[in-house]
Amino acid sequence: MSELAIQTENLTRKFGEFTAVDNISFDVKQGEIFGFLGANGAGKTTAMKMLTGLLNPTSGSATVSGSDVYTQAETIKKNIGYMSQKFSLYDDLTAEENIQFYGGIYGISDQDLSPKIDEVLESVSLGSVRKQLVRSLPLGWKQKLAFSIAILHQPKIVFLDEPTGGVDPVTRRQFWEKIYQVSDRGITVFVTTHYMDEAEYCDRISIMVDGRIDALGTPDELKESFSSDSIENVFIKLARSATRGDG
Amino acid sequence: MLPILFVMPVIQLLVLSFAATYELKEVDFALLDMDQSRVSRELAAKFQSTGYFNLQAETFDRNKAMEWLDAGRVSLIIIVPPDFEEDLTNGREAPVQLIIDAVDGSTAGLIQSYSASILNDLNAEKQLELKIKSADPAVVQAKTINLIPQNWYNPDLDYITFMVPGILVVLVSMIGLFLSGMNIVREQEIGTIEQLNVTPIRKYQFMVGKLLPFWIIGMFDLLVGLALARYGFHIPFLGNLATILVVAGIFLVVIQSLGLLISTMTNTQQQAMFIAWFIMVVFILLGGLFTPIESMPGWAQNITLANPVAYFIKIMRMVLLKGAGWQEIQVMVYTLIGMGSVLLMVSINRYKKTTG
Repeated sequence: MSELAIQTENLTRKFGEFTAVDNISFDVKQGEIFGFLGANGAGKTTAMKMLTGLLNPTSGSATVSGSDVYTQAETIKKNIGYMSQKFSLYDDLTAEENIQFYGGIYGISDQDLSPKIDEVLESVSLGSVRKQLVRSLPLGWKQKLAFSIAILHQPKIVFLDEPTGGVDPVTRRQFWEKIYQVSDRGITVFVTTHYMDEAEYCDRISIMVDGRIDALGTPDELKESFSSDSIENVFIKLARSATRGDG
Repeated sequence: MLPILFVMPVIQLLVLSFAATYELKEVDFALLDMDQSRVSRELAAKFQSTGYFNLQAETFDRNKAMEWLDAGRVSLIIIVPPDFEEDLTNGREAPVQLIIDAVDGSTAGLIQSYSASILNDLNAEKQLELKIKSADPAVVQAKTINLIPQNWYNPDLDYITFMVPGILVVLVSMIGLFLSGMNIVREQEIGTIEQLNVTPIRKYQFMVGKLLPFWIIGMFDLLVGLALARYGFHIPFLGNLATILVVAGIFLVVIQSLGLLISTMTNTQQQAMFIAWFIMVVFILLGGLFTPIESMPGWAQNITLANPVAYFIKIMRMVLLKGAGWQEIQVMVYTLIGMGSVLLMVSINRYKKTTG
């Protein structure tokens, strides 16, 4: 078993003439919280889709928890959790039913599942709305539910695509507390975000510009090498050089 | 949504079965009686007494009658020429002219054959009278060959008996095709498919999960429909009900797999809906529900060989109305199984958890 949770080398994805992800190479260590930053359209989501087996790369190589993204995509899927940028649980099921459904898909047995449902709902303080349709829940609560389902089956790595987008500051804080808890359990966290204060919470961050990774290191290292006092300024310096339009 | 799934088929069955009729009722006709004789009046009375024809107006002006026909006021003009009675009683040819509105060919055909049999009747009666009166050997010999048809399997030629089994098939097909056709593409639209695609779920598990609920709904609707057919419409159930159910189960898999295939090939629910409709209309029109497949041109008959709805309608009618057993339907059932396997495999194959 390698020490690396994710390893990519010259990973590239083209859509026709357009190169969404351009030769990115990086490693993510096990148990680390890895922040994946970049402006809209920089290629974060495309990169994440390749790592989660939703999208085939055009060229380059990548392994996720030791499995190859080309040939072992289904093995990867057993070892990862994923929370999409767009809320993608079933609106017409209750919170509890969504957990039951995904528990079943991940092959968690019924007797293990029912205490787990209680535990999961309590841990994100959704116990009171467990019988409510997800449709009726506020966005922040939906996101918490999506997060808890992403880690339901004890994955080795969890991919979070802008988990706190559109969420109020208090809930965002709670979210990060959850992320730390998960990380303490040894789960590797791969997270994209637009909030620069959140970037500071990460162990290491990478900043994507125009499909390339232009900076990678701990928050302190980046601030030093770009001689800025905050990640926000580092980001702005890099993002200004972007040639792709916003969005 | 769920109540709709169960109420809709019942309404469909009730409305369509009564409305989709080939029986002739209340045909309005105009009479041009130039003869004004006893026999011509008898003729008009005979038409009216059948209950199928309704004397709308009488005139001596042919153009007037044609105007009525043009305006749709009447669908039939009966013209009795002068000297009709005289010709008839003297053993000469006594023609009667019928002018039929044939915009709807099948109704026109029915009017023609009903009229012909009424006229035949009248003719026979008159012949008999003549024979008794004259005892002329030449007239006595002028016997006609009389056809007395016996209608098997549907002795009263009841159109409901004929339509209901077919309509049941259409209704099950709609549920199968539309519900599964919308299914995957809907998940794609709202984004829930992405969360499923990052799980280790197997493709066949996914497909079974997509098929099974609508299969159960389809079977349930069929059972409701069959009960209605049996106890509401008194359709004879000569064959084995289990045979029908087994074939229905296979048929639903065929039609649902086709739906899922549509779903994997389209990007929006609108596209899926459009294609599903297109296919459904072709299936129904080339399914032998309204028009017999045997009277279609050769190329159209060949197309129906690829139409699962045509097979199921045929099997339904054969089993329910003629009491056909496995022996008679097995080739069609094997064909359905073949179609289902191919479509299911293709649609499982078309569904990609990883986009290229």
